[in-house]
Amino acid sequence: MTLSAAAAKSVPAVQVEGLHKRFGENEVLKGVSLSAAQGEVVALIGSSGSGKSTLLRCINLLETPDDGRVLIQGEEIAMKKDRAGRAQPADSRQVDRIRQRCGMVFQSFNLWTHMTVLENIIEAPVHVLGRNREEAVARAESLLAKVGLSAKRDAYPSQMSGGQQQRAAIARMLAMDPQVMLFDEPTSALDPELVGEVLKVMRDLANEGATMLLVTHEMAFAREVSHKVVFLHQGRIEEQGTPDELFGNPQSERCRQFLMREGGR
Amino acid sequence: MLDLLSYGATGWGDELLQGAGMTLLVAVLAYLIGLGAGCLTAAAKLSGPLPLRWLAATYTTVVRGVPALLVIWLLFYGGSGLVGWMAGLFGYGGRVELSAFAVGVASVGLVSGAYAAEVIRGAVQAVPKGQLEAARALGMHRLLILRRILAPQALRYALPGLGNVWQMTLKDTTLVSVVSLAELMRQAYVASGSTRQPFLFYLVAALVYLVITTLSETGFRALSRRADRGVRRATA
Ligand SMILES: Nc1ncnc2c1ncn2[C@@H]1O[C@H](COP(=O)(O)OP(=O)(O)OP(=O)(O)O)[C@@H](O)[C@H]1O
Ligand SMILES: [Mg+2]
Repeated sequence: MTLSAAAAKSVPAVQVEGLHKRFGENEVLKGVSLSAAQGEVVALIGSSGSGKSTLLRCINLLETPDDGRVLIQGEEIAMKKDRAGRAQPADSRQVDRIRQRCGMVFQSFNLWTHMTVLENIIEAPVHVLGRNREEAVARAESLLAKVGLSAKRDAYPSQMSGGQQQRAAIARMLAMDPQVMLFDEPTSALDPELVGEVLKVMRDLANEGATMLLVTHEMAFAREVSHKVVFLHQGRIEEQGTPDELFGNPQSERCRQFLMREGGR
Repeated sequence: MLDLLSYGATGWGDELLQGAGMTLLVAVLAYLIGLGAGCLTAAAKLSGPLPLRWLAATYTTVVRGVPALLVIWLLFYGGSGLVGWMAGLFGYGGRVELSAFAVGVASVGLVSGAYAAEVIRGAVQAVPKGQLEAARALGMHRLLILRRILAPQALRYALPGLGNVWQMTLKDTTLVSVVSLAELMRQAYVASGSTRQPFLFYLVAALVYLVITTLSETGFRALSRRADRGVRRATA
């Protein structure tokens, strides 16, 4: 799907408005607004501690935002205040439903260690979506083929390399047919020689028109696959634009300096 | 000497065997009660509302801080007083005596639960956060995560400790002999009294306990190996 075709769909896949998040005294997100159209790949960059992970985790409610709105395909996640005045999701079933549509891939893979790869992949389809087991297994096998792990079907996570584990974790996410995919530094925990195999899987997904929000330090990859790049600085969006704009001609001094540091790595 | 241990009217073999059976019954029931109480207490401590957390903390502190023998006495006398009082409410005026069996199982179970609670709490906390986050991120609800992810993973961490609690529970059943329950320890005591062969009978009792603990240790090791599926292989 091209960017213009994606833009033609009026409802954004993800829309975030005025998001605030505080950990104690530390205000990590200071009013972030962001949207990703259907089929759009948005890269989030910024220095360590700028709030990239927190932003991503607020979208699927792994962190509860203190203020602001999150809408997934136009459906707003309902929030309420608890007795102490803190924001809480109003309906945990809505949150679960939203999460089923928003897959997430973690820096540390987080495959369940007590299950084989296949069991990891069919767990949520069977127990959350109520799919029948044979169907789920068949689908899991085709996903394993897609990420190049057919041979590892019955392996346990501890028997696989980091790159293999991350590809299996991507397959686990894909088994839920997510409408939105959140990636939090999916290659940061990998040995350099294993980064490529994971990026390849992600590149395929991007080319197939997946909607992706991607936190990454792989600047070349972000430039290659994303439609929009967002630079976060101390809990605010400092600058955003197309990859060519942002990487080719950054407007803010901070973004320029950040890119120079990253480029020099 | 061997006829002292024989089966039948002259020997004590059948009494000892029955005693061993009673010991196992009390131990298994008390252990199961302890596991149940331990799970509830650990849950209360980890994520219960404040009053429940206090209650759980009081339970584990008191029961672990008081000698098990005293727990048995307190439950034996306190329990019959309580039940007698409740029977009085329903118009029954007689003296109530609780069965030694019920008191034995309940008190050993109570002690077992306090230790099991600590083991289970530690095991739940040992499960890496990311394992649960992955489940939440896929839209699994709380109970499903508990059943499919948290419990199997916590079990892996809890099994060694729960094995220790079992050994302790088994040995604590000897204390129930003070309320004259005819378990192994009590039978050995009675037999040594009437035959004047205490060393023989206590030695036999010790061997029986040793056999039970050795067998159960093997069982727990097998369970641990099963629960460690996928973890061990990498290091093997
Ligand atoms: N659970 C938490 N409790 C307290 N503080 C937190 C928590 N999670 C994040 N923070 C703080 O919030 C700030 C932003 O963290 P976040 O993980 O979002 O940054 P990031 O941009 O993803 O950084 P990195 O590139 O290092 O992953 C940091 O100062 C961090 O210490
Ligand atoms: Mg981060």
